[in-house]
Amino acid sequence: MSVDTWRKIIVASVVHVAFIAFWWLSVIVSDIPEYILPTPWLALQTLGTENYNWVFHFAATAQEIFGGYILALVVGVAFAAVFTWSRRLDETLMPLLVTLNMIPKVAMAPLFIVWLRFGIETNIVITFTICFFPILLNTARGLREVEPDLLDLVRSLNGSRWQLFIKIQLPGALPYVFSGMKVATVLAVAGAIVGEFIQSDRGLGWFMLVTQEALNTDAMVMALLLVTLIGVILYGAVILLERTFVVQDARIE
Amino acid sequence: MSQSFVSLQNVRKVYRTRNEEFEAIQSVSMEINAGELVCLVGPSGCGKSTLLKILAGLHPHEGGEVRIGSLEEPFDPSRDVGMVFQQPLLLKWRRILENVLLPAEILGLPMKASRERARGLLAMVGLSGFEENYPYELSGGMQQRAAIARALVHDPKLILMDEPFGALDALTREKMNLELLRIWRESQKTIVFVTHGIQEAVFLGTHVAVMTAGPARMADYFDVDLPEDRDLDIKTHENFGEYTRRIYKLLDMD
Ligand SMILES: Nc1ncnc2c1ncn2[C@@H]1O[C@H](COP(=O)(O)OP(=O)(O)OP(=O)(O)O)[C@@H](O)[C@H]1O
Ligand SMILES: [Mg+2]
Repeated sequence: MSVDTWRKIIVASVVHVAFIAFWWLSVIVSDIPEYILPTPWLALQTLGTENYNWVFHFAATAQEIFGGYILALVVGVAFAAVFTWSRRLDETLMPLLVTLNMIPKVAMAPLFIVWLRFGIETNIVITFTICFFPILLNTARGLREVEPDLLDLVRSLNGSRWQLFIKIQLPGALPYVFSGMKVATVLAVAGAIVGEFIQSDRGLGWFMLVTQEALNTDAMVMALLLVTLIGVILYGAVILLERTFVVQDARIE
Repeated sequence: MSQSFVSLQNVRKVYRTRNEEFEAIQSVSMEINAGELVCLVGPSGCGKSTLLKILAGLHPHEGGEVRIGSLEEPFDPSRDVGMVFQQPLLLKWRRILENVLLPAEILGLPMKASRERARGLLAMVGLSGFEENYPYELSGGMQQRAAIARALVHDPKLILMDEPFGALDALTREKMNLELLRIWRESQKTIVFVTHGIQEAVFLGTHVAVMTAGPARMADYFDVDLPEDRDLDIKTHENFGEYTRRIYKLLDMD
């Protein structure tokens, strides 16, 4: 890794530590009661409480987030690919998809729970619905964005539709796929938690509601931190994949 | 008498959009012999790119006749045309060597031999040592050299260049002109070179075709009688000034 990369990592770490220190200090200095806002240390200590079942809830939420996200990625990219292959399908279905995209997906969650009963699978569906659109729309846009002259070049060589797709369009769309994926990470976390909030029997979101009743703010805060951690892991994985598969200059920031 | 390599007779082109017809080329006729470097010059919108696309077999033409190659030496538009555009259009995710290999891949040519050939071509355009670099690591001029190597990799008979140096700065452009002459001599290809630059056209061409707009047609076609071995000094040659004036006059710019 280059010096610049190390510098960035160090800066990022320092800022994070500083934020936690600021939180900690504010709690102490301002004398906020711990049931309103616990110190980071108090929140962390709840990890030792055995009947909180952290691992179980963490795993449930992680499954929902990753499951829905990966499903959305696969289906979203596949749909986008199909649309670039069939102009008719694109013209027929795209307007509908744009409209469907306007539906507040969060508001669909209660319906999904009615239709599918609550459970991990239902929350995966909710997460999927919310992540699907940005991935589909971004990928479709990337696949469409081929320089006309490049198209001429391939056509002048009598290249097939498949060659155009696999050699030019798909690799060219990759940066767009990733930009859709990045947007979707945040939505994935929100989707899973909303599902758990509405009805469920496990997961960190559900756990937050339960601990709220007992005003165990420290556990709630810890759950929130863990949800964030899942999101950060997901985002990190996306960035890592992007670095592996997208040539530096082709990335769109 | 041997036949010319490319023959255009009264070629006409009409673009049809949903409710309109637009005559992009009213009439163009020319004969190009193998190994010539023909410069196509004219104002914007006079149909230069359109003519190249007809030559590349990308667009059908309306009236007239287009013949390339002959019975003895048949011409296959998909294998025998190399194209260079104003933008290098290198694929950002491919290294330079892989970029140069693109036409060979699309045509399904044997990869090992093509790879060797691509390396040789990169050396010819002055890019040895950049095979494994990505396009963004190269300057605009270097990228355009790579694009030229790409146009040559499948050993086409006809190279079509559409303002290939139009996006370069004046200095790089002069240099690339000299390079192109060298590459043309070494590769012995037939080149049709589209440009806005009147001086550029005379400097490069063995022949110059002048097109005018409204109606879009060929206004002049002449041999350029200047020494074979051209360098920048040639711009002070008396014939040079005469040819440029001739074009300026046709384009109503004197
Ligand atoms: N695909 C197309 N459909 C309809 N009209 C077109 C199409 N391509 C070009 N034209 C029209 O045909 C005319 C000639 O276009 P062309 O691109 O050949 O001009 P040009 O001489 O290359 O111009 P420039 O020097 O600006 O590149 C223009 O008026 C243009 O608007
Ligand atoms: Mg043009």
